[in-house]
This record gives sequence, structure tokens and C-alpha cells, in this order.
Amino acid sequence: MGTVTSPAPVEIERTESAEDAFAVPEPDVPWVTIVHNDPVNLMSYVTYVFQTYFGYSKDKANKLMLDVHHKGRAVVSSGTREEMERDVQAMHGYGLWATLQQDRK
Amino acid sequence: MPGQFEPLPGGGAAVALDDVEISIIRSLAVQLLELIGPGPGGDAPSDPLAELFAEGPSEPPADPVLHRLFPDAYSDPEKAPDSPAQAEERRAHSAEFRRFTENDLRAGKRENALAVIRSLDALAPVDEGSAVLKLSPEESRRWLGSLNDLRLAIGSRLEIADDDDTELLYQLPDEDPRKPMVMAYLWLGGLQETLVSTLMS
Repeated sequence: MGTVTSPAPVEIERTESAEDAFAVPEPDVPWVTIVHNDPVNLMSYVTYVFQTYFGYSKDKANKLMLDVHHKGRAVVSSGTREEMERDVQAMHGYGLWATLQQDRK
Repeated sequence: MPGQFEPLPGGGAAVALDDVEISIIRSLAVQLLELIGPGPGGDAPSDPLAELFAEGPSEPPADPVLHRLFPDAYSDPEKAPDSPAQAEERRAHSAEFRRFTENDLRAGKRENALAVIRSLDALAPVDEGSAVLKLSPEESRRWLGSLNDLRLAIGSRLEIADDDDTELLYQLPDEDPRKPMVMAYLWLGGLQETLVSTLMS
């Protein structure tokens, strides 16, 4: 597993300051929030959460939900690590099983 | 229709519940509340400022229900760590995430469960042994979250790990000790399904 079709990650342009350049041990790779399949959460509820929290269209929310259901996982958002931690916390609040990781190819 | 939420004109949702159904939901919500509790830190501090700055736990909960409600944020269930160093990094990141989020997450789930209990306690009986529960849109969202938490909790106790397990539950014989919990699980699923549709209409 692990191949995921997902919307292209939003690239966030960041200009590194000189200070950052010395302090950065990690490559500037975007982070992603992944929602994992579980047998309890209702498909309609998962779609509802994607629409409500991310503001995705019904079609996009439904497609992501089906990816979670059939492929076992879907990338639902991407951005900085802090943003992804916020998204993962929100997903846990809704009871969805979510994790974050750096989007290494 | 019994056991089904219907949208109210102008927003919100309503469902007819009898006394037994009311007491089942209430008792499950109370159990959830007790399980989530104030967190492993024990009693909530009386000083609101201290509470604001209190850090959450860094270790995952031992109880499987709590572990499902508050999963590790940095451990990919399908990709085992490449190395002991990566395993340690994931563990450390998950612990830090937990420290800064679990208290808030527990508080949110507590609030939702409390909202469920309050709205049930405010019910006026319309008929002998039954009542109509009417929820505002805000209450509907809290109910939705709490119904989901209740189903996750019961699903975890019933050890539902994949879709096949759900199928097996439908076929349990009546004398199986898990039968009442399975019935509650399926019934709550119907309530949640119809409540979602009122919010998406």
C-alpha cells in the first residue's frame, strides 16, 4: 500500500531567511495529512467532515472519502507542519483516524 | 419515524425517542464522559489559569477505546518505520503532539457528551413513555460528534477492526453476550446516518 491519488499538494512558497538556512536540519518538503480507513466511521459522516472542516465541494469530499474507503487512506491536505498538526487535531476531534508526515517522494 | 432524525424547517433536527431509548443514550453518554474523564492528570485543577497551561500526557492511553479516540499523530499504520531512529522520532513527535492537544480534544468530546445529556434531561414527555427531541443546528453538531464517539467506543469494545467484522456482527445469534451492544451500535449508526443527512440537506 502507500500509493495515493490525491489532489496536487498546494505548494507553499517560503523564503528562507539567512538564519533559517543555518538552522534547518530538514529539507523543505511539504507535510501532508492522511486520513486512514476504519470500519466504524460512516461514509456519509466522513464526507460531511471533509466538506465542513476543509470547505471542500461535495464532489471532492466524496472522492476523498471513497479513496479512504477503497484504498485505505487518502491525503486530505498539505502544507506546513504546523498547519498539518492543526488539521490532524481537528480530524481527531471529529473522530477520524488521521496522521501527518512529510511528503517524501 | 422512530429511530430517525428528520430535518426541522429553518434548521436543526428532530427525532422521536421512547423512555428506553432515552435511557440507553444517556447511560452510554455518561459512560463515555467517565471514560474520557478529566485526563490522566487526575482531578481538574481548580485554578483556571493552571488548567490553561497544564500540559497533556505524552504517553498513549492504555485503554483501547481511548487510544482509538486519541490516536498517535505521527505513526503511519501502513508504513513501519525504516529504522529504529525513525521509530524513535515518530514516537517522540507523537508524544509531543499528544502533550499539546490531548487535553483540548478530551475537553471537546466531554462538551459534546454533556450537550447530549443536557438535551435529554430537558425533554418533556409528549406521550406516555415517549418524547420528541428537537435539536438546534449547534446541538445537532454536538450530537453528531458524540454519536460518532459512542460508536467508536462501542466498535472498539466489540473489536471491530475491519469491514468483515461488521458483517459478522449482523449474524450473531441472539444468545451471544455481545448482542445487546451490537444492537445499540447499529441503532446509533442509524441515528447518526439520519442526523448527518439533516445537516447536509
